[in-house]
Amino acid sequence: MSETATPVAMVNVQVDGEWKQFPKGTRLIEACMKSGKFIPHYCYHPKLSTPGNCRMCLVETGRPKMTPDRQPVLGADGRPEIAWGPKPEISCAAEVAEGMGVRTSSPLVEECRKGVMEFLLINHPLDCPICDQAGECRLQEFSVEFGKGESRFREEKVKKPKRVDIGERIVLDDERCIMCSRCIRFMQEVAHDDVLGFLNRGSHTTLSVYPGKRLDNNYSLNTVDICPVGALTSKDFRFKMRVWFLKETQTIDVSCGTGCNIVIGSRENIVYRITPRENEEVNSCWMPDSHRMNFHYLHSDERLVSPLVKGEEAPSKWTRALAGAAEKLQGRDPAKTALIASARMTNEELFLARRLASALKIENFDVLLRPQKGDGFLISDDGNPNTGGAKLLGLATGKLSEIARRVESGEITALIVLGEDAVDCGISEGALKKLEALVFAGILANKTSPHASVVLPTSAWAEKRGTMINIKGRIQRLNQAIQPPGQARDDWEVLRDLVQAVGGSNGVYSIEEVFKVMASETPALQGLTISRVGDLGLQLSLPA
Amino acid sequence: MRAMTESLTRQADSLTPEFIAEADELVSHYPVSKRSASLPLLHLWQNHFGFIDDSAMEWIAARLDLTPVNIIELVTFYPWFRREQAGKTIIRVCRTLACALAGSYEVKDKFCQAVGLNPDCEHHGFGHAPPTTADGKFSVEFVECLASCGSAPVALINDDLVENIKTSEIPSLVESYK
Amino acid sequence: MVSLLPTPHPKERRIIFGNISKPGYSPDIETYLAHGGYESLKKALGMKPNEIIDMVKAANLRGRGGAGFPAGAKWSFIKYDDGKPHYIVVNADESEPGTFKDRYILHQDPHQLIEGLAIAAFATNVHLSYIYIRCEFPKAAKIVWEAIKEAKAKGFLGKNILGTGFDLDIYVHQGAGAYICGEETSLLESLEGKRPYPRIKPPYFPAVLGLYMKPTIVNNVETICHVKHILAMGPEEYAKMGTPGDGGTRTMCVSGDVQRPGFYEIPCGGVTLGELINDVCGGLKPGRTLKAVIPGGSSAKVLRAGETFKMKVKGPDGQMVEKEVPLLDLVMDASTLQAAGTMVGSGGVMIMDDTRDMVWALNNLNQFYAHESCGQCTPCREGSLWMSKVTTRIIDEGARPDDAKNLKNIADNIAGRTVCAFGEACSWPTQSFLAKFPDEFEKRVK
Repeated sequence: MSETATPVAMVNVQVDGEWKQFPKGTRLIEACMKSGKFIPHYCYHPKLSTPGNCRMCLVETGRPKMTPDRQPVLGADGRPEIAWGPKPEISCAAEVAEGMGVRTSSPLVEECRKGVMEFLLINHPLDCPICDQAGECRLQEFSVEFGKGESRFREEKVKKPKRVDIGERIVLDDERCIMCSRCIRFMQEVAHDDVLGFLNRGSHTTLSVYPGKRLDNNYSLNTVDICPVGALTSKDFRFKMRVWFLKETQTIDVSCGTGCNIVIGSRENIVYRITPRENEEVNSCWMPDSHRMNFHYLHSDERLVSPLVKGEEAPSKWTRALAGAAEKLQGRDPAKTALIASARMTNEELFLARRLASALKIENFDVLLRPQKGDGFLISDDGNPNTGGAKLLGLATGKLSEIARRVESGEITALIVLGEDAVDCGISEGALKKLEALVFAGILANKTSPHASVVLPTSAWAEKRGTMINIKGRIQRLNQAIQPPGQARDDWEVLRDLVQAVGGSNGVYSIEEVFKVMASETPALQGLTISRVGDLGLQLSLPA
Repeated sequence: MRAMTESLTRQADSLTPEFIAEADELVSHYPVSKRSASLPLLHLWQNHFGFIDDSAMEWIAARLDLTPVNIIELVTFYPWFRREQAGKTIIRVCRTLACALAGSYEVKDKFCQAVGLNPDCEHHGFGHAPPTTADGKFSVEFVECLASCGSAPVALINDDLVENIKTSEIPSLVESYK
Repeated sequence: MVSLLPTPHPKERRIIFGNISKPGYSPDIETYLAHGGYESLKKALGMKPNEIIDMVKAANLRGRGGAGFPAGAKWSFIKYDDGKPHYIVVNADESEPGTFKDRYILHQDPHQLIEGLAIAAFATNVHLSYIYIRCEFPKAAKIVWEAIKEAKAKGFLGKNILGTGFDLDIYVHQGAGAYICGEETSLLESLEGKRPYPRIKPPYFPAVLGLYMKPTIVNNVETICHVKHILAMGPEEYAKMGTPGDGGTRTMCVSGDVQRPGFYEIPCGGVTLGELINDVCGGLKPGRTLKAVIPGGSSAKVLRAGETFKMKVKGPDGQMVEKEVPLLDLVMDASTLQAAGTMVGSGGVMIMDDTRDMVWALNNLNQFYAHESCGQCTPCREGSLWMSKVTTRIIDEGARPDDAKNLKNIADNIAGRTVCAFGEACSWPTQSFLAKFPDEFEKRVK
């Protein structure tokens, strides 16, 4: 990681009576948060511009008292004396300055927060019991802390449109909207697709799209993430599950080479939603909708759930299937055997696949590359999540078309396919049918699996641990959110057992061990462990 | 009240070269940012067509390299703009304090009576035309302070400021705009 | 021109309206030139820019739009040679209830504005300027635009003005019916073609990050018009007309329950409220007594007849002494009205007599503010409509015992906590009407 940042000037700020130092340019709200002072806020978002419209983050501020010749007046403690301002100030827009003072909790600050909360609630519908935001609604959250508990609003509430279908994936409830403008700013400043806006004015202000236009941008669901209330909700997730039942797993997206950092929300082995997780080096706070929605196949009926050996009683037992696979592969001419791995596999799996090839003395192996047209933002030009790992571990050889040609011509008679469809690699089903041995490991039935001599059901990315290397050479961790279905097993274990069964090596007993062995044999990974990779990953210096 | 999207003809399909030249002239007043020409183009459009239809907002957005939502945000914010036809003569009676002290509520009722409109009809703007007579001749609405408090009560009838209005003169005043 | 007396009242001193009241005076340039027009501009173009700013400072000219900020100080925030484009935007969005002076300048003496603007632009290195006129003055927009074209044809605007090498283009920009656009940063957003949401300050002070994020001066019409007179008569002479901190003349717009409502150009501090009502405006209507005065546009806090104010005044020996000043003895200048807890604001004086219902009057203003709140920030968006709904309900159904207390608290929760001064503008009426006329609310309780 680069450590060459130039030193930033520090300024002294008094936060609730204590003097602290912050880098010049720090926003006051961030300085307060860093000091452990919680500042409630709605419109402020660190990645967006600052309109200062919600007024929830008002604090008391002061600047140093100055002598007539513009020198700060110092108190008995040698610190500047602070002249407190007559009016509260929003902390989201102010920058820290030398000698500044801030009070994050005082009678005035409490009064301001109570006042703003009351204003936000008077026209807010009493939807909470049926609102899908329940559990992560900032309005609910701050009401508990700063609310009055009773309403003195006796007038009629402003009526606005409810359940507006504004996009393929999003529903809008205008009565719940608190007009913080986060979604509008996101669409303007991050997605660069200015489709949202406010109509009308005053208390009648209404969030909307232009008539006939839709919020269908591939980043639209990020507006749901940053909506502090239940105004924008995801059609896919709406009413599926109360958020407080969700288990959160920090992992990464595998839909492309970017490797967006994400959180999987799951309950009892079912994934309900995916949300982006902040990582400045990868995806900031955002992710594409297409990737976020790319998990429903985990629960597909096409999942392979038990091992199979062709011609034997189904389902098979794992011991029998592994032995069957070994029988099929052993004692063959290595020149007539090939292995197709996947750049969607983890480093650990790829490392073991390479071991398997060595054990069988196979030299014909490769991965399927997936070049694609990215979107210039978070969808990369690489449709594989771990091409970096495949290259680093020597699996990406460029031999795939040659392998396909030789399978078609019958020169290759045995094939191992790991996590890919051989048909996608240019091999016809006719040729697959003619193979003497076809060992297939994967999660979904495809055009290859029906022709396999042995089918080994493995785990999807949400069901296992491991590491991958993204297009920028950053190594990141996958974590397990749910259990694999049926008899399906973790890929690395299957590969280890297969290596053992063909007489390749002795066993490793944990994924940490696999990583350790891999790291010791791979210069770019020297000194690393899975735990050192951390939740935010590490930048590797990879060979050119 | 007529629906905002009822119109079958698109105003933008009937632009004349003169209109477009005038629009270009207005845009040229803002050498730093074309977006500044949003209000001038909306005024030009409404003066020309009587109201602003969806094709107008789309045309203006395209002319200024904006998205249509940038324009509808303005059309619905400013009560001067409307997305549907108003009366040929629009009577805007000042509602605010000095005029109210001088009887503007009565003045507005009398105007409504004189043109044949229900005086209780509420109107907020937000793109809607003010209450309009069935024959399309008159609209009457309350507006906020017209900045002529010294000669209250006042009304803006089309482009004319009418001052010191006496309720007794309203029928003949209306007559003069027929 | 129903609002200006044909001959000036003895208390008046017509500088801005000096020509307008002359018989046969018309807004065209020939008339203007025949009355000495553009002589101040010629003089200014021969001066150093900072000399002009120093003159405006020495004249003690305060902004006439409402906030009363010293104009010379505002101009001096612009660094002449900072290499950035600068702009001046004239605020002709006159919409503070009770104010109606700019309307007459725009319609009847547009060249006075253009000349002042050209001088201001020359002093601050501005080459592009806009005059933001509210759309409810459709004729004014045409008249000012014509005047700009006339001035350009005569070489007072455009490229190389009067051969000095100074360039200035001025355009008219029409609003579309929004009081909020009178707030200077809202006006700039409106002029940029965006929803006119006021900007947060800091960091968006117009002098630093104004129009198109460049240093910008926003001045009221009347303020700019004063500039040519400061140059013509010299800053000392000009300042002398007013009080030490409030130079020149100020147009007082009087409306409501007086015999002669209208506007009167009076030296700053040149009349007391009593003189203004009883002398200049011919007194109240027959048989009526005074009840309330809103002295500086609808946002200014209301004053109650019979009130007295403790304030420091200069005694006969020149020493400052504390004195009890009755309402009608209040001098109508910025500092006195501030000391009385209100403001001279935009000069809009609204008079209400004993027939008036203060709850009704407050409700009228509350409805105005609820209608005009832009809706950007929470307290004003929600609070202004809430206050308006409460006062409307009090009028329609009578008051509940806690209405007055709640109203005051709502207003207190708005003032000082919003993006712009509209927060104060919309809560001061409620706060002051409740404080000054509590009896009127009490008697409404069911």
